Amino acid sequence: MKKTNEFSLPRIGATQIKLLEKLSNACAVAGDEGEVRKIVLEQIGPHADEVNVDALGNVLAYHRGTGEKRLRVMVAAHMDEVGFMITADDGDGFYRFDVVGGVDAYKLVGKAVLIGKEHIPGVIGIKPVHLTNAEERKRPVELEALRIDIGPAAGKVKVGDRATFATRFTQLGPSLCGKALDDRLGVATLIELLKNAPPHIDLLAAFTVQEENGLRGARVASFALMPDLAFVLDATPAHDLPTWDGSENARYNSRLGMGPAIYVADTSALHDPRLVRHLMVTADTFGIPYQIRQPGGGGTDAGAIHKQRAGIPSVSISVPTRYLHSPASIARLADWQNDLALVQAALLRLTPDLLKETR
Amino acid sequence: MKALTQKLVETFSPSGYEAQIRAVVRAEIEPFADEIQVDALGNLIARKGQLKPGGSRIMLSAHIDEIGVIATHIDENGFVRFTTIGGVRPHTCLGGRVRFINGVQGVIGAERLDDLYKVPTFEQLYIDVGRDSRDGHPVRVGDVAGFDRPFADLGKRMVAKSMDDRIGAVVLIEAMRQIKDTPHELFFVFSVQEEVGVRGATTAAFGVDPDLGLAVDVTGTGDTPKARKMEVSLGNGPAIKVRDGGMLADPRVVDWMVQTAEKQHLPYQLEILEGGSTDARAIQLTRAGVPAGCLSIPCRYIHSPSEMVDTQDVENSIRLMVALLSQPVELK
Repeated sequence: MKKTNEFSLPRIGATQIKLLEKLSNACAVAGDEGEVRKIVLEQIGPHADEVNVDALGNVLAYHRGTGEKRLRVMVAAHMDEVGFMITADDGDGFYRFDVVGGVDAYKLVGKAVLIGKEHIPGVIGIKPVHLTNAEERKRPVELEALRIDIGPAAGKVKVGDRATFATRFTQLGPSLCGKALDDRLGVATLIELLKNAPPHIDLLAAFTVQEENGLRGARVASFALMPDLAFVLDATPAHDLPTWDGSENARYNSRLGMGPAIYVADTSALHDPRLVRHLMVTADTFGIPYQIRQPGGGGTDAGAIHKQRAGIPSVSISVPTRYLHSPASIARLADWQNDLALVQAALLRLTPDLLKETR
Repeated sequence: MKALTQKLVETFSPSGYEAQIRAVVRAEIEPFADEIQVDALGNLIARKGQLKPGGSRIMLSAHIDEIGVIATHIDENGFVRFTTIGGVRPHTCLGGRVRFINGVQGVIGAERLDDLYKVPTFEQLYIDVGRDSRDGHPVRVGDVAGFDRPFADLGKRMVAKSMDDRIGAVVLIEAMRQIKDTPHELFFVFSVQEEVGVRGATTAAFGVDPDLGLAVDVTGTGDTPKARKMEVSLGNGPAIKVRDGGMLADPRVVDWMVQTAEKQHLPYQLEILEGGSTDARAIQLTRAGVPAGCLSIPCRYIHSPSEMVDTQDVENSIRLMVALLSQPVELK
């Protein structure tokens, strides 16, 4: 714990990185989040007053505070990841598949995958360069041309099974590298917040399902929880790479090493300006670096939460992450640390007066 | 009415940042409301009247947000790159001016265009606020701006930015002022975030839980040179919506509006809008469903900085709204 003037902020240490590794390596494609849910339930059991799994599979954990007039604060992170679903058995170990969530077909060729609850290994194949003609090489890779090849291994894989990238988590110097950092970083952060829940609020932790196919879990979770306000923890793309012509990169979305990314506007929501201000003032007060995620396309669970019932003030905060929705994404440990510190400090500084301000 | 219109359209409040216009509208309606509240998303909800025999809980909705832009990047020479809030199109941006919520003004410029006959993309446009570096720049990433264009009174017609839908707010404010006796419990909602997907009306309708809902918004016309075919013209009276891109108006609500207009000898036109939708869609789909319709004010050049409405259409919309809300409603 790092002591500040008033508060103690939790730190990311070996234990937390070990947990992130376990979460990243688990397979939980949207609609089939059981593996991650199991880890979450094990982790949070001792730290919550009540834990429920709802009809869609969201884990809803309550940590009741003490004292009068406590704000009901929802903090959400999604457990699901993008991946594949087996759609047809072509025989001889070949399987057709469809993507679940946003994945570009051109990223898939030659990638190793794990299928189903037993993690049956397979490889995504396409015709090799030796056999393609000039015309074929010009065409973009189409999903219909790809197959998952499992060996064959008779009876191991069936239509409807989910599959995801087989990448194993690793650390690269100051960076974290693995699949599904979107949004296992958020899940790991939310577990830490629950372990360090501030006593003056009721913390309603929502580990949500089916974010990647349309913010579906968060929609029903926020209906049930009826919070006063919501924070959404996610990972956002960092496209902070050099440009091909050396010109100024004006469309990076977010940048590694510049701190957690606070959302102002995306396709799904105009984030509550009071909560955006609260996060920025908190960061300045505690000397925590942050960046504003470039307004533009994309969306988080906040898109579903803020429109629920008579409206829920919501804001998103993300760890900037390169190569999202690919076999291997990269984030900085320091950004994750600052993300956890900022959200924890923002919760500690919350008072009901914040929502009395003009939006 | 024109003075009120000018006051509302010259206020800058793009979607999500409606604080300024909410304060202006609130000051206008305070004397006529029984109760005023602002909900979690910023909708201004004014209750007027108490339920009497034959009365209903009726939600009226006009949105107070407007389309705009939001800064995404300040480059090393101080130029501001931006993206849109709501349905802004690049061809209405060129040469335009914007004003940020913090008062900073700027002009929209374009990178060299290789083909002058091709509309540029937003990636080719930027805002020049008169700075030449990033140092001490008055605009931050995430800052929001509205289009800057003064109100023009053309006599029969009025032109301004954000006539969509400040003119709807004018109709509701004037109706609130003029309604003396009503059997209904009326909820005048000045809604937020309509331009990004009727989000304010979604939460307001859930909160109000009305028996009946009416939106007041602008609709397009088919009366300009080589316009898309549409049976609505400026000056032919308020338009009673039958259908738009997001809603089929409740036929009973349409009948009620038509019969009221005929009884009052008010001109009206029936509206079928191919694209777009209004707060009425959100009201119709809330909870277990609500009968809903929309009173539309014909408007030319929607989502440009110079939206034009007819003064008589506005006056007749106010009369129709007052007549609709002054008598018991029986939908059949």
